[in-house]
Amino acid sequence: MRSSSKKIDPRVHSLVPKHEVLSIEEAYSVLKTLGIGPEQLPWIKASDPVIKAIGGKPGDIVRIIRKSPVIGETVIYRYVVSG
Amino acid sequence: MILDTDKEYLEKKLEEISSILPEGIINKLKNSISNYPAQISKEEIDKIIELTLRDYSSSLIHPGEAAGVVAAQSIGEPGTQMTLRTFHYAGVRELNVTLGLPRLIEIVDARKIPSTPMMTIYLTDEFKSDKEKALSVARKIEYTRVESVVDSTSIDINSMAVVIHLDPKMLQDKGVEVEDVTKAIKKLKLGEFEIQQGEDEFTLNIIFQNMDSVTGLFKAREKILSTKIKGLKGIRRAIVKKNGEEYVIITDGSNLDGVLGIKGVDVSRVETNNLHEVEVTLGLEAGRELIAKEIKKVLDEQGLDVDARHIELVSDIMTRTGDIRQIGRHGVTGEKTSVFARAAFEVTVKHLLDAAARGDVEEFKGVVENIIIGQPIKLGTGMVELSMKPATR
Repeated sequence: MRSSSKKIDPRVHSLVPKHEVLSIEEAYSVLKTLGIGPEQLPWIKASDPVIKAIGGKPGDIVRIIRKSPVIGETVIYRYVVSG
Repeated sequence: MILDTDKEYLEKKLEEISSILPEGIINKLKNSISNYPAQISKEEIDKIIELTLRDYSSSLIHPGEAAGVVAAQSIGEPGTQMTLRTFHYAGVRELNVTLGLPRLIEIVDARKIPSTPMMTIYLTDEFKSDKEKALSVARKIEYTRVESVVDSTSIDINSMAVVIHLDPKMLQDKGVEVEDVTKAIKKLKLGEFEIQQGEDEFTLNIIFQNMDSVTGLFKAREKILSTKIKGLKGIRRAIVKKNGEEYVIITDGSNLDGVLGIKGVDVSRVETNNLHEVEVTLGLEAGRELIAKEIKKVLDEQGLDVDARHIELVSDIMTRTGDIRQIGRHGVTGEKTSVFARAAFEVTVKHLLDAAARGDVEEFKGVVENIIIGQPIKLGTGMVELSMKPATR
Protein backbone atom coordinates (compact mmCIF):
# COMPACT_ATOMS: atom_id res chain seq x y z
CA MET A 1 0.00 0.00 0.00
CA ARG A 2 1.35 3.42 -0.91
CA SER A 3 -0.66 5.13 1.81
CA SER A 4 1.30 6.21 4.84
CA SER A 5 4.08 7.85 2.81
CA LYS A 6 1.88 10.95 2.52
CA LYS A 7 -0.20 11.61 5.62
CA ILE A 8 -3.27 13.71 5.07
CA ASP A 9 -4.44 16.11 7.75
CA PRO A 10 -7.78 14.64 8.89
CA ARG A 11 -9.11 18.08 9.80
CA VAL A 12 -9.80 18.99 6.16
CA HIS A 13 -12.47 16.30 5.86
CA SER A 14 -16.10 17.33 6.12
CA LEU A 15 -16.91 14.58 8.64
CA VAL A 16 -14.43 15.92 11.18
CA PRO A 17 -15.78 18.64 13.51
CA LYS A 18 -13.57 21.35 14.97
CA HIS A 19 -11.39 20.21 17.90
CA GLU A 20 -9.43 22.49 20.20
CA VAL A 21 -7.34 21.86 23.30
CA LEU A 22 -8.48 23.85 26.34
CA SER A 23 -6.06 25.78 28.52
CA ILE A 24 -5.86 24.72 32.16
CA GLU A 25 -7.99 27.65 33.36
CA GLU A 26 -10.65 26.95 30.75
CA ALA A 27 -10.65 23.24 31.50
CA TYR A 28 -11.03 23.98 35.17
CA SER A 29 -13.99 26.29 34.67
CA VAL A 30 -15.67 23.79 32.32
CA LEU A 31 -15.40 21.00 34.91
CA LYS A 32 -16.59 23.39 37.60
CA THR A 33 -19.76 24.34 35.67
CA LEU A 34 -20.48 20.71 34.81
CA GLY A 35 -19.73 19.63 38.37
CA ILE A 36 -17.82 16.49 37.36
CA GLY A 37 -14.34 15.09 37.30
CA PRO A 38 -12.46 14.89 33.99
CA GLU A 39 -12.79 11.10 33.67
CA GLN A 40 -16.57 11.45 33.70
CA LEU A 41 -16.41 13.21 30.34
CA PRO A 42 -16.46 11.07 27.20
CA TRP A 43 -12.95 9.99 26.34
CA ILE A 44 -10.80 10.26 23.28
CA LYS A 45 -7.50 8.52 22.76
CA ALA A 46 -4.24 10.44 22.45
CA SER A 47 -3.48 8.32 19.38
CA ASP A 48 -6.56 9.64 17.59
CA PRO A 49 -5.43 11.26 14.31
CA VAL A 50 -7.18 14.55 15.03
CA ILE A 51 -5.82 14.78 18.57
CA LYS A 52 -2.35 14.12 17.17
CA ALA A 53 -2.88 16.90 14.62
CA ILE A 54 -3.85 19.49 17.24
CA GLY A 55 -1.17 18.28 19.65
CA GLY A 56 -3.31 16.98 22.50
CA LYS A 57 -1.69 15.09 25.37
CA PRO A 58 -3.24 12.62 27.82
CA GLY A 59 -4.93 14.63 30.56
CA ASP A 60 -6.01 17.47 28.28
CA ILE A 61 -9.62 18.37 27.75
CA VAL A 62 -10.70 18.96 24.17
CA ARG A 63 -13.59 21.11 23.08
CA ILE A 64 -15.41 19.75 20.05
CA ILE A 65 -17.78 21.97 18.12
CA ARG A 66 -20.18 19.80 16.18
CA LYS A 67 -22.50 21.06 13.49
CA SER A 68 -25.79 19.32 13.94
CA PRO A 69 -28.61 19.76 11.44
CA VAL A 70 -31.18 19.75 14.23
CA ILE A 71 -29.89 22.34 16.66
CA GLY A 72 -27.06 24.09 14.86
CA GLU A 73 -23.74 24.18 16.64
CA THR A 74 -23.23 22.07 19.73
CA VAL A 75 -20.23 22.06 22.01
CA ILE A 76 -19.08 18.91 23.73
CA TYR A 77 -15.95 18.08 25.66
CA ARG A 78 -13.77 15.02 25.62
CA TYR A 79 -11.04 13.95 27.98
CA VAL A 80 -7.83 12.80 26.30
CA VAL A 81 -6.71 9.43 27.62
CA SER A 82 -3.53 7.58 26.78
CA GLY A 83 -3.77 4.82 24.23
CA MET B 1 -43.56 40.33 8.31
CA ILE B 2 -42.45 43.05 10.66
CA LEU B 3 -41.92 46.78 10.30
CA ASP B 4 -38.40 47.89 9.44
CA THR B 5 -38.26 49.82 12.69
CA ASP B 6 -39.03 46.66 14.65
CA LYS B 7 -36.20 44.67 13.07
CA GLU B 8 -33.65 46.04 15.47
CA TYR B 9 -35.96 45.26 18.37
CA LEU B 10 -36.30 41.64 17.22
CA GLU B 11 -32.52 41.28 16.89
CA LYS B 12 -32.08 42.64 20.40
CA LYS B 13 -34.70 40.30 21.82
CA LEU B 14 -33.16 37.27 20.11
CA GLU B 15 -29.73 38.27 21.36
CA GLU B 16 -31.08 38.21 24.91
CA ILE B 17 -32.29 34.63 24.66
CA SER B 18 -29.27 33.33 22.74
CA SER B 19 -27.80 31.91 25.93
CA ILE B 20 -30.92 29.82 26.56
CA LEU B 21 -32.00 28.58 23.14
CA PRO B 22 -29.73 26.75 20.71
CA GLU B 23 -28.64 28.53 17.58
CA GLY B 24 -30.78 26.46 15.23
CA ILE B 25 -34.00 27.32 17.02
CA ILE B 26 -33.18 31.03 17.12
CA ASN B 27 -32.58 31.08 13.37
CA LYS B 28 -35.83 29.27 12.74
CA LEU B 29 -37.69 31.66 15.03
CA LYS B 30 -36.20 34.66 13.27
CA ASN B 31 -37.14 33.31 9.86
CA SER B 32 -40.69 32.49 10.76
CA ILE B 33 -41.27 35.87 12.40
CA SER B 34 -39.86 37.87 9.50
CA ASN B 35 -41.58 35.79 6.83
CA TYR B 36 -44.99 35.51 8.43
CA PRO B 37 -47.70 36.71 5.98
CA ALA B 38 -49.41 39.04 8.45
CA GLN B 39 -47.76 41.95 10.19
CA ILE B 40 -46.45 41.28 13.69
CA SER B 41 -46.23 44.04 16.26
CA LYS B 42 -43.69 44.52 19.02
CA GLU B 43 -46.02 43.14 21.67
CA GLU B 44 -46.67 40.08 19.56
CA ILE B 45 -42.94 39.50 19.15
CA ASP B 46 -42.62 39.53 22.92
CA LYS B 47 -45.46 37.08 23.24
CA ILE B 48 -44.05 34.74 20.58
CA ILE B 49 -40.65 34.68 22.21
CA GLU B 50 -42.17 34.05 25.60
CA LEU B 51 -44.20 31.13 24.24
CA THR B 52 -41.15 29.71 22.49
CA LEU B 53 -39.16 29.84 25.69
CA ARG B 54 -41.91 28.12 27.62
CA ASP B 55 -42.30 25.43 24.97
CA TYR B 56 -38.58 24.87 24.84
CA SER B 57 -38.13 24.52 28.57
CA SER B 58 -41.06 22.12 28.84
CA SER B 59 -39.68 19.85 26.12
CA LEU B 60 -36.23 19.52 27.63
CA ILE B 61 -35.36 16.15 29.09
CA HIS B 62 -36.29 16.05 32.76
CA PRO B 63 -33.79 14.96 35.37
CA GLY B 64 -34.08 11.23 35.85
CA GLU B 65 -35.80 10.56 32.55
CA ALA B 66 -34.77 7.27 30.94
CA ALA B 67 -33.46 8.79 27.72
CA GLY B 68 -31.76 5.56 26.68
CA VAL B 69 -34.90 3.49 27.05
CA VAL B 70 -36.87 6.02 25.02
CA ALA B 71 -34.20 5.92 22.32
CA ALA B 72 -34.22 2.11 22.29
CA GLN B 73 -37.99 2.02 21.89
CA SER B 74 -37.99 4.73 19.25
CA ILE B 75 -35.49 2.87 17.10
CA GLY B 76 -36.74 -0.61 17.97
CA GLU B 77 -40.37 -0.17 17.07
CA PRO B 78 -39.81 1.08 13.50
CA GLY B 79 -37.06 -1.53 13.28
CA THR B 80 -39.65 -4.29 13.38
CA GLN B 81 -41.01 -3.03 10.09
CA MET B 82 -37.69 -3.16 8.32
CA THR B 83 -37.13 -5.53 5.50
CA LEU B 84 -34.23 -7.59 4.42
CA ARG B 85 -33.12 -5.78 1.38
CA THR B 86 -30.16 -5.39 -0.86
CA PHE B 87 -30.03 -2.45 -3.16
CA HIS B 88 -28.68 -2.94 -6.65
CA TYR B 89 -27.15 -0.31 -8.81
CA ALA B 90 -28.89 -0.16 -12.17
CA GLY B 91 -26.72 -1.55 -14.90
CA VAL B 92 -23.87 -2.69 -12.71
CA ARG B 93 -24.22 -6.27 -11.74
CA GLU B 94 -21.35 -6.47 -9.28
CA LEU B 95 -22.31 -3.47 -7.18
CA ASN B 96 -24.92 -3.98 -4.53
CA VAL B 97 -25.29 -2.39 -1.15
CA THR B 98 -26.62 -4.02 1.99
CA LEU B 99 -29.40 -1.94 3.45
CA GLY B 100 -32.23 -2.49 5.86
CA LEU B 101 -31.97 -4.63 8.95
CA PRO B 102 -28.71 -6.42 8.08
CA ARG B 103 -26.94 -3.10 7.63
CA LEU B 104 -28.37 -1.70 10.86
CA ILE B 105 -27.12 -4.74 12.75
CA GLU B 106 -23.74 -4.32 11.11
CA ILE B 107 -23.48 -0.72 12.29
CA VAL B 108 -24.45 -1.31 15.92
CA ASP B 109 -22.18 -4.38 15.99
CA ALA B 110 -19.34 -2.09 14.79
CA ARG B 111 -18.04 -4.73 12.38
CA LYS B 112 -14.50 -4.19 11.20
CA ILE B 113 -15.45 -4.77 7.58
CA PRO B 114 -19.00 -4.17 6.33
CA SER B 115 -20.50 -6.90 4.13
CA THR B 116 -20.58 -4.55 1.17
CA PRO B 117 -17.85 -1.95 1.62
CA MET B 118 -18.34 0.95 -0.74
CA MET B 119 -16.86 4.35 -1.37
CA THR B 120 -18.09 7.46 -3.10
CA ILE B 121 -15.13 9.49 -4.28
CA TYR B 122 -15.59 13.08 -5.29
CA LEU B 123 -12.96 14.68 -7.49
CA THR B 124 -11.21 18.03 -7.48
CA ASP B 125 -12.31 20.83 -9.84
CA GLU B 126 -9.73 19.84 -12.42
CA PHE B 127 -11.02 16.28 -12.74
CA LYS B 128 -14.70 16.38 -11.94
CA SER B 129 -16.18 17.74 -15.16
CA ASP B 130 -14.17 15.62 -17.61
CA LYS B 131 -15.22 12.02 -18.03
CA GLU B 132 -11.84 10.90 -19.42
CA LYS B 133 -9.97 12.42 -16.47
CA ALA B 134 -12.40 10.87 -14.02
CA LEU B 135 -11.90 7.51 -15.70
CA SER B 136 -8.13 7.85 -15.41
CA VAL B 137 -8.47 8.32 -11.65
CA ALA B 138 -10.85 5.37 -11.43
CA ARG B 139 -8.37 3.15 -13.29
CA LYS B 140 -5.61 4.24 -10.97
CA ILE B 141 -7.46 3.07 -7.87
CA GLU B 142 -9.03 -0.11 -9.22
CA TYR B 143 -7.10 -3.13 -8.01
CA THR B 144 -5.94 -4.98 -11.11
CA ARG B 145 -4.12 -8.29 -11.13
CA VAL B 146 -2.46 -10.01 -14.06
CA GLU B 147 -5.30 -12.53 -13.93
CA SER B 148 -7.91 -9.93 -14.86
CA VAL B 149 -6.26 -9.01 -18.16
CA VAL B 150 -5.36 -12.55 -19.20
CA ASP B 151 -7.26 -14.43 -21.86
CA SER B 152 -5.62 -17.85 -21.43
CA THR B 153 -2.42 -19.44 -20.16
CA SER B 154 -0.54 -22.54 -21.08
CA ILE B 155 2.57 -24.34 -19.91
CA ASP B 156 5.38 -25.32 -22.21
CA ILE B 157 7.27 -28.22 -20.65
CA ASN B 158 9.75 -28.37 -23.48
CA SER B 159 11.34 -25.00 -22.71
CA MET B 160 10.09 -24.80 -19.11
CA ALA B 161 8.02 -21.74 -19.82
CA VAL B 162 4.68 -20.24 -18.86
CA VAL B 163 2.86 -18.77 -21.82
CA ILE B 164 0.38 -15.99 -21.17
CA HIS B 165 -2.08 -14.67 -23.72
CA LEU B 166 -3.32 -11.23 -22.80
CA ASP B 167 -6.78 -10.02 -23.71
CA PRO B 168 -6.48 -6.74 -25.67
CA LYS B 169 -10.07 -5.76 -24.81
CA MET B 170 -9.51 -6.15 -21.10
CA LEU B 171 -6.19 -4.31 -21.35
CA GLN B 172 -7.96 -1.35 -22.88
CA ASP B 173 -10.83 -1.51 -20.39
CA LYS B 174 -8.52 -1.49 -17.40
CA GLY B 175 -6.14 1.02 -18.97
CA VAL B 176 -3.13 -1.29 -18.80
CA GLU B 177 -0.29 -1.52 -21.31
CA VAL B 178 1.55 -4.77 -22.09
CA GLU B 179 4.67 -3.11 -20.63
CA ASP B 180 2.91 -2.63 -17.29
CA VAL B 181 2.27 -6.36 -17.16
CA THR B 182 5.87 -7.30 -17.95
CA LYS B 183 7.10 -4.76 -15.42
CA ALA B 184 4.89 -6.23 -12.72
CA ILE B 185 6.03 -9.77 -13.51
CA LYS B 186 9.72 -8.78 -13.58
CA LYS B 187 9.51 -7.65 -9.97
CA LEU B 188 8.49 -11.13 -8.83
CA LYS B 189 10.97 -13.27 -6.98
CA LEU B 190 10.66 -16.58 -8.82
CA GLY B 191 14.29 -17.43 -9.36
CA GLU B 192 15.95 -16.79 -12.67
CA PHE B 193 13.61 -16.16 -15.58
CA GLU B 194 13.25 -14.01 -18.64
CA ILE B 195 10.25 -12.66 -20.47
CA GLN B 196 10.12 -13.03 -24.25
CA GLN B 197 7.51 -11.84 -26.63
CA GLY B 198 5.53 -14.68 -28.13
CA GLU B 199 4.01 -15.08 -31.58
CA ASP B 200 2.08 -11.77 -31.34
CA GLU B 201 2.38 -8.68 -29.15
CA PHE B 202 -0.19 -9.94 -26.67
CA THR B 203 1.60 -13.20 -25.93
CA LEU B 204 4.29 -13.42 -23.30
CA ASN B 205 6.64 -16.37 -22.84
CA ILE B 206 8.11 -16.52 -19.40
CA ILE B 207 11.05 -18.90 -19.57
CA PHE B 208 12.60 -20.28 -16.40
CA GLN B 209 16.25 -21.24 -16.39
CA ASN B 210 16.60 -23.35 -13.28
CA MET B 211 13.17 -24.88 -13.02
CA ASP B 212 13.44 -28.63 -12.50
CA SER B 213 9.87 -29.75 -11.97
CA VAL B 214 6.53 -29.21 -13.63
CA THR B 215 4.85 -28.56 -10.28
CA GLY B 216 7.21 -25.63 -9.78
CA LEU B 217 6.01 -24.30 -13.09
CA PHE B 218 2.39 -24.56 -12.01
CA LYS B 219 3.21 -22.75 -8.78
CA ALA B 220 4.97 -20.00 -10.70
CA ARG B 221 1.92 -19.59 -12.91
CA GLU B 222 -0.31 -19.10 -9.86
CA LYS B 223 2.05 -16.49 -8.52
CA ILE B 224 2.19 -14.65 -11.81
CA LEU B 225 -1.57 -14.57 -12.18
CA SER B 226 -2.14 -13.12 -8.74
CA THR B 227 0.44 -10.37 -9.18
CA LYS B 228 -0.84 -6.84 -8.72
CA ILE B 229 -0.36 -4.52 -11.69
CA LYS B 230 -1.80 -1.35 -10.17
CA GLY B 231 -4.49 -0.05 -7.88
CA LEU B 232 -5.33 0.00 -4.22
CA LYS B 233 -5.76 -3.06 -2.09
CA GLY B 234 -9.40 -3.80 -1.35
CA ILE B 235 -10.96 -1.89 -4.22
CA ARG B 236 -12.45 -4.49 -6.50
CA ARG B 237 -14.17 -2.21 -8.96
CA ALA B 238 -14.34 1.51 -9.63
CA ILE B 239 -17.15 2.97 -11.68
CA VAL B 240 -17.49 6.51 -12.95
CA LYS B 241 -20.99 7.89 -12.59
CA LYS B 242 -22.50 11.26 -13.33
CA ASN B 243 -23.91 12.85 -10.21
CA GLY B 244 -25.65 16.10 -11.13
CA GLU B 245 -23.02 18.32 -12.73
CA GLU B 246 -19.94 16.35 -11.79
CA TYR B 247 -18.49 12.90 -12.25
CA VAL B 248 -17.98 10.81 -9.15
CA ILE B 249 -16.32 7.45 -8.69
CA ILE B 250 -18.22 4.71 -6.93
CA THR B 251 -16.18 1.76 -5.80
CA ASP B 252 -16.85 -1.76 -4.69
CA GLY B 253 -14.55 -2.22 -1.72
CA SER B 254 -13.05 0.43 0.47
CA ASN B 255 -9.58 1.76 1.19
CA LEU B 256 -9.89 5.25 2.63
CA ASP B 257 -6.26 5.67 3.55
CA GLY B 258 -5.11 4.77 0.06
CA VAL B 259 -7.69 6.84 -1.78
CA LEU B 260 -6.78 9.97 0.18
CA GLY B 261 -3.26 9.75 -1.28
CA ILE B 262 -4.39 9.68 -4.93
CA LYS B 263 -4.05 12.82 -7.02
CA GLY B 264 -7.35 14.30 -8.18
CA VAL B 265 -9.41 13.09 -5.22
CA ASP B 266 -11.26 15.75 -3.25
CA VAL B 267 -9.91 14.91 0.19
CA SER B 268 -12.62 16.81 2.07
CA ARG B 269 -15.54 14.89 0.58
CA VAL B 270 -14.46 11.25 0.24
CA GLU B 271 -17.16 8.96 1.61
CA THR B 272 -16.95 5.37 2.74
CA ASN B 273 -19.26 3.11 4.69
CA ASN B 274 -16.45 1.41 6.56
CA LEU B 275 -16.63 2.70 10.14
CA HIS B 276 -13.34 1.22 11.21
CA GLU B 277 -11.37 2.90 8.41
CA VAL B 278 -12.91 6.27 9.22
CA GLU B 279 -12.07 5.84 12.89
CA VAL B 280 -8.46 5.04 12.08
CA THR B 281 -7.78 7.72 9.46
CA LEU B 282 -10.15 10.55 10.37
CA GLY B 283 -10.57 10.07 14.09
CA LEU B 284 -13.20 9.14 16.62
CA GLU B 285 -15.46 12.13 16.13
CA ALA B 286 -15.69 11.49 12.40
CA GLY B 287 -16.54 7.88 13.22
CA ARG B 288 -19.30 9.03 15.54
CA GLU B 289 -20.68 11.28 12.85
CA LEU B 290 -20.61 8.43 10.34
CA ILE B 291 -22.45 6.04 12.68
CA ALA B 292 -25.27 8.55 13.08
CA LYS B 293 -25.29 9.25 9.36
CA GLU B 294 -25.35 5.62 8.31
CA ILE B 295 -28.12 4.66 10.75
CA LYS B 296 -30.14 7.64 9.56
CA LYS B 297 -29.55 6.62 5.96
CA VAL B 298 -30.80 3.08 6.58
CA LEU B 299 -33.94 4.29 8.36
CA ASP B 300 -34.70 7.02 5.81
CA GLU B 301 -34.32 4.60 2.96
CA GLN B 302 -36.97 2.37 4.54
CA GLY B 303 -39.27 5.34 5.02
CA LEU B 304 -39.02 5.27 8.80
CA ASP B 305 -39.02 8.56 10.65
CA VAL B 306 -36.85 8.41 13.76
CA ASP B 307 -35.69 11.55 15.51
CA ALA B 308 -32.01 12.29 14.96
CA ARG B 309 -31.42 12.69 18.70
CA HIS B 310 -32.20 9.05 19.45
CA ILE B 311 -29.65 8.00 16.85
CA GLU B 312 -27.07 10.45 18.16
CA LEU B 313 -27.47 8.96 21.61
CA VAL B 314 -26.57 5.56 20.17
CA SER B 315 -23.50 6.92 18.41
CA ASP B 316 -22.46 8.86 21.52
CA ILE B 317 -22.62 5.75 23.67
CA MET B 318 -20.72 3.69 21.11
CA THR B 319 -17.83 6.18 21.07
CA ARG B 320 -17.78 7.07 24.77
CA THR B 321 -14.58 5.32 25.78
CA GLY B 322 -12.34 6.53 23.00
CA ASP B 323 -12.94 3.86 20.41
CA ILE B 324 -15.95 2.52 18.57
CA ARG B 325 -17.53 -0.23 20.63
CA GLN B 326 -20.38 -2.43 19.54
CA ILE B 327 -23.67 -2.52 21.39
CA GLY B 328 -23.49 -6.03 22.73
CA ARG B 329 -21.50 -8.66 24.52
CA HIS B 330 -18.09 -7.48 23.31
CA GLY B 331 -18.81 -3.80 23.72
CA VAL B 332 -21.07 -1.53 25.70
CA THR B 333 -22.99 -4.24 27.57
CA GLY B 334 -19.97 -6.46 28.14
CA GLU B 335 -18.02 -3.68 29.82
CA LYS B 336 -20.67 -2.77 32.39
CA THR B 337 -19.27 -2.76 35.89
CA SER B 338 -22.22 -4.56 37.43
CA VAL B 339 -22.00 -8.35 37.43
CA PHE B 340 -25.77 -8.83 37.49
CA ALA B 341 -26.30 -6.44 34.56
CA ARG B 342 -23.86 -8.44 32.46
CA ALA B 343 -25.26 -11.77 33.59
CA ALA B 344 -28.79 -10.64 32.72
CA PHE B 345 -27.75 -9.93 29.15
CA GLU B 346 -25.97 -12.98 27.76
CA VAL B 347 -23.93 -15.99 28.93
CA THR B 348 -25.25 -15.75 32.48
CA VAL B 349 -23.37 -18.61 34.05
CA LYS B 350 -19.97 -17.55 32.77
CA HIS B 351 -20.31 -14.06 34.21
CA LEU B 352 -21.52 -15.28 37.60
CA LEU B 353 -18.78 -17.88 37.78
CA ASP B 354 -16.02 -15.45 36.82
CA ALA B 355 -17.31 -12.86 39.25
CA ALA B 356 -17.36 -15.41 42.05
CA ALA B 357 -13.85 -16.57 41.24
CA ARG B 358 -12.55 -13.01 41.21
CA GLY B 359 -14.54 -11.87 44.21
CA ASP B 360 -16.28 -9.01 42.40
CA VAL B 361 -18.46 -6.59 44.35
CA GLU B 362 -21.95 -5.66 43.23
CA GLU B 363 -22.72 -2.07 44.06
CA PHE B 364 -26.36 -1.94 42.91
CA LYS B 365 -26.04 1.40 41.19
CA GLY B 366 -27.64 0.57 37.85
CA VAL B 367 -31.13 -0.34 36.72
CA VAL B 368 -30.92 -4.02 35.83
CA GLU B 369 -29.27 -5.22 39.02
CA ASN B 370 -31.78 -3.38 41.20
CA ILE B 371 -34.71 -4.92 39.33
CA ILE B 372 -33.20 -8.38 39.78
CA ILE B 373 -33.18 -8.09 43.55
CA GLY B 374 -36.45 -6.16 43.70
CA GLN B 375 -35.27 -2.78 44.83
CA PRO B 376 -36.58 0.54 43.47
CA ILE B 377 -34.42 1.72 40.60
CA LYS B 378 -32.66 5.07 40.47
CA LEU B 379 -34.73 6.53 37.66
CA GLY B 380 -37.37 9.21 37.51
CA THR B 381 -38.97 9.57 40.94
CA GLY B 382 -36.75 6.78 42.25
CA MET B 383 -33.77 9.06 41.82
CA VAL B 384 -34.56 11.39 44.65
CA GLU B 385 -34.25 10.57 48.29
CA LEU B 386 -36.21 12.55 50.80
CA SER B 387 -35.04 13.24 54.24
CA MET B 388 -37.13 14.93 56.84
CA LYS B 389 -35.87 17.58 59.16
CA PRO B 390 -38.19 17.76 62.15
CA ALA B 391 -39.18 21.30 63.08
CA THR B 392 -37.33 22.57 66.09
CA ARG B 393 -39.53 23.26 68.97
